[in-house]
Amino acid sequence: MTTRKIALHEIAHARAGDKGNTSNVSVWAYDPGDYGLIKEQLTAERIKASFPDLIRGDVKRYELDHLHGLNFVMREALEGGVNTSLGLDSHGKSWSFLILGLEVDVPENRGA
Amino acid sequence: MRMGSGAGFSSDRLGPAVDLAQKGSLDWLVFETIGERTLAFGHRDRLLNPERGYNPQLAARMRGVLGACRDNQTRIMTNMGVANVEKAAEVVVGVARDLGLEGLKVAAVLGDEVTDQFDDKTALTDEEGLTIGDVGRPLVGANAYLGIDAILPAIETGADVVITGRVADPSLFLAPIVAEYGWSRDDWGKLGQGTMVGHLMECGMQITGGYYADPGRKEVPRPADCGYPIAEIGADGSAVITKLGDAGGMVSLATVKEQLLYEVHDPRHYLTPDVTADFSTARLAESERDRVRVSDAGGTERPRQLKVTVGFDGGVLGEAGVSYAGINAAARARLARDILVERFDRVDGVKGNYRIDLIGLSSLHATAGVEQPETARDVRVRVALRSMDRDLVEMMLWEVEALLCCGPAGGGGYRGQITPGVITYSAMIDRDDVAPTVKVYTA
Repeated sequence: MTTRKIALHEIAHARAGDKGNTSNVSVWAYDPGDYGLIKEQLTAERIKASFPDLIRGDVKRYELDHLHGLNFVMREALEGGVNTSLGLDSHGKSWSFLILGLEVDVPENRGA
Repeated sequence: MRMGSGAGFSSDRLGPAVDLAQKGSLDWLVFETIGERTLAFGHRDRLLNPERGYNPQLAARMRGVLGACRDNQTRIMTNMGVANVEKAAEVVVGVARDLGLEGLKVAAVLGDEVTDQFDDKTALTDEEGLTIGDVGRPLVGANAYLGIDAILPAIETGADVVITGRVADPSLFLAPIVAEYGWSRDDWGKLGQGTMVGHLMECGMQITGGYYADPGRKEVPRPADCGYPIAEIGADGSAVITKLGDAGGMVSLATVKEQLLYEVHDPRHYLTPDVTADFSTARLAESERDRVRVSDAGGTERPRQLKVTVGFDGGVLGEAGVSYAGINAAARARLARDILVERFDRVDGVKGNYRIDLIGLSSLHATAGVEQPETARDVRVRVALRSMDRDLVEMMLWEVEALLCCGPAGGGGYRGQITPGVITYSAMIDRDDVAPTVKVYTA
């Protein structure tokens, strides 16, 4: 099967939250039909490997298959957290869009 | 029963809360306003002035809703007491008297502060073996997360307004539900479901279209006028999340899903003082527009200990910036950054714990290692420094402002600010070491 690459943003939405120095981003398929390929390609290992400098701790993935969502829990991923970070976005509210910027392979003949 | 949210964080909007007080036909209107940061700021405010330390918008919010709530027999639940619950209760009583609401009853939930029980040897849970003494900073305050056990006696006084300090956010919603339906305190399944409803509601507009819009992908109707959410809750804890018909925003499967896991780690084990809630079995169903039914969350026994937030003096955070625009702006901004790095080190003694962003090229995601544009025509050099030494931070601001005359061509728009910082850690405490009480005030 030939595939093409698209940004995850085209087929999923996401929300970021923070607790201390831990960030979590939940990722949800717009179309339940896309959940399988997202689950297959968006592994915890891939998230960790995509942002090695930002995510210093481990990444765990929790799956809510019946709601077509994944939850990524990233430890030591907020440069110390809201009260310590020197970054503008010390909550990591925009981390959801880091993940939505990753590419996924979809079938070539998949509709837009 | 019908519950509404009137605030999901300390600086949340007031107008939509007034709308709910007037038109929501609510049993309870809930204002949730404490975060780890705001709690520590509350302690700092109280140290500076013993009359303060509660939510700064408390009086304005009460002026906005108390009259309508009394007319509509809507009770108010809030953690706006923050670090000074007794003073906050007096403020509510004062507002009630000003509004002519004689007899209005306020119940304060006290006892979350455990600062006196902690010392240098108290263990922190953030790192193995870490103690309060190891942090090496002045302790600002320590507060246990209380739950429904502490809130229910306040509800039972019949108070019009229940005001607390640090309680678990979902407990603000769960306690009135338990009081209404008489659930057993160890009916973990129902408590888990009620906790899910509270969790969904506690962030206000984050379930009605706030923190959601993404133009072209996720459109929100009338996003400038989102309403706060309403939950219609049944005796089994299942609920419909909705909003006022004439309010902007939306309630959809997608808004509810995103909020379901907001700040959640393991969906099977969401820990509160009341229950170990299980959101993984949750069922969501959109029955009609702006109405989503939520059910089937579960739960198991509550954690044995209570979580405590421990706040320390974080010194100050200084932030300063200068902007460059037009042709070759990126090169001039990079040169400004290089000048600052050199002078901080060689002249100012500003070392180590600072960061420089180039807003317009790379800032929020600068440290994420993702591809960033090489050039832009509007770039802001932004410096941030944290220190216990305010003089050092002021020196940093001065050096950045000096770029106006001493730096690259065309630098403008200097702004600098210094804000107090707090640093928070977590600890655990035995339930038996915390003794919440209720104090009743009458206007």
